[in-house]
Amino acid sequence: MRNVWTIANREYKLYFASPVAYMVAFFLLLILGIIFYVNVAGAIVQQFPPNIQGVLGPLMTLLLFTTPAITMRLLAEEQRLGTMELLLTAPVRDWELVVGKWLGGFLFLLTILAVTWLYPIFLNQMVDPGIDQGPLITGYLGVILFTASLVAIGVAVSSLFSNQIAVFFATVGVYLLLWLISLPSQASGSATANELLRYLDFSDHFYNTFYQGIIDVSDVIYYLSLTALALFLGSVSVESRRWR
Amino acid sequence: MILVEGLTKDYGSRRAIDNLSFHAENGEILGFLGPNGAGKTTTMRILTGYMPPTSGRATVAGFDVVEQSLDVRRRVGYLPETVPLYPEMTVFDYLKFMADLRKLNNAEDRVYDVLDLVHMTDRAEGYIANLSKGMRQRIGVAQALLHEPEVLILDEPTIGLDPAQILEVRNMIRELGRERTVLLSTHILSEAQQVCNRVLIINKGRIVAEDTPENLQSRLAGAKRVSLRVRGDVEGLEELLAKIPGVLRIFTSGDGGLEFETAPGQDVRPEVARTAVNQGYDLLELRSIGLSLEDIFLQLTREEPEPPSMAADDDFVQAEEGEEE
Repeated sequence: MRNVWTIANREYKLYFASPVAYMVAFFLLLILGIIFYVNVAGAIVQQFPPNIQGVLGPLMTLLLFTTPAITMRLLAEEQRLGTMELLLTAPVRDWELVVGKWLGGFLFLLTILAVTWLYPIFLNQMVDPGIDQGPLITGYLGVILFTASLVAIGVAVSSLFSNQIAVFFATVGVYLLLWLISLPSQASGSATANELLRYLDFSDHFYNTFYQGIIDVSDVIYYLSLTALALFLGSVSVESRRWR
Repeated sequence: MILVEGLTKDYGSRRAIDNLSFHAENGEILGFLGPNGAGKTTTMRILTGYMPPTSGRATVAGFDVVEQSLDVRRRVGYLPETVPLYPEMTVFDYLKFMADLRKLNNAEDRVYDVLDLVHMTDRAEGYIANLSKGMRQRIGVAQALLHEPEVLILDEPTIGLDPAQILEVRNMIRELGRERTVLLSTHILSEAQQVCNRVLIINKGRIVAEDTPENLQSRLAGAKRVSLRVRGDVEGLEELLAKIPGVLRIFTSGDGGLEFETAPGQDVRPEVARTAVNQGYDLLELRSIGLSLEDIFLQLTREEPEPPSMAADDDFVQAEEGEEE
């Protein structure tokens, strides 16, 4: 476990020395800020109380496109630099390497998410007697779980290529597949298939519960098992490099 | 200690190493010599636990490289061919990271110890991106020494260093080889000659020779190489020399230069001189140059005995004079 922390710690610190990470954080916070402003302005004009959903909804979508930029280098860069050889010949287990990379990326995204708390705090100041705390807490819990699985998928994809651009697009591809997987269920006739596609859907587990202020254990399990599965596949992928 | 038995590795249908067997004891520096693509790096990668062999067994420091990979990796210091460094980290941070991965208790002290060993203490706070190639190489060596490993595996440790640094690294390796097992790969023959206790020549995945550098040299000690130089063209001289008994192989090197090997125990120089002068050539030089490890190496790793190219000849002359690349 100490190795996991050593690797995560290095990754986390390295983000603060990397212009890409700053640009990603800036981009995410800027877009979110504009949407937040439009929401609040709209609420004032149309005389309804602005709510936290105005921040959480766009945040989820933005994470789909910003997370790959954070995770793309995690293992791909090691392969390009040749440092993979260093890590794989150090006394580190393959899963420790993968989990360490995941933890480093996840902690950095949590840091960015912590900054987005500014918007609910502003909102709370503006609205009397303050915003509904329920959806805020559950919403952020959902976003954190969602981010954990996004980063895990990103790490797993990053183990496949040594080119970061390839990793970025492949990761976005996997996200969008999971995000839109339930769409064909409306056309499909089979009830079991519908059920399955809906269960696999990335967004349903958030928008139907956490977003509404509800915590459903099955959703928590969904995101956690997705994270675990992706980390497992990432470890298998790293191990398989040895056999090539 | 390293023990390798029948090690074989296939990349798809290509066999990189074929049934390798060798051993290295404590306090021994074993040189791994061979042309590019001979299988040196593959063997080292198997010994360091980077990848498993297709078949065969290898034991490093008493542990099996496949079954007890983590135990092996704890006891091996490895410098890969491309020095694995993170350019965006400082020298200190990088070494500290590696020390932490190896769970060293006195990590910071060890970092300063190895920095001192490779004379890089003054660059500890500098970024790796700003270091010269030689400095990076030294940081790579430092990284391999952090945990005072029993077995040290160095893949071309002196590549890219300047002559002074090469001497320094060689001395360091000799020092380290006193109580450790060192496996060192190189394609610089003089290096193997100077540093190693034993040399293993490998070609196309097979061991073609294994002996001390001295023995390898004396193996062909009887045979000599003679260099001959005449004014103007050497045309026709080759055929004449070939008729002299005792002259074995002749290589032309252009602009009046010729080299030939002689049969063991025969000095054909007087006869050669007579022939050249009698046929009207202006003899400028006739010199015995002996057979170096380089020639033995070329003989062992060459498929058919064909004359060396010009470039190889240049290397040969330089190596004779300066002993460095």
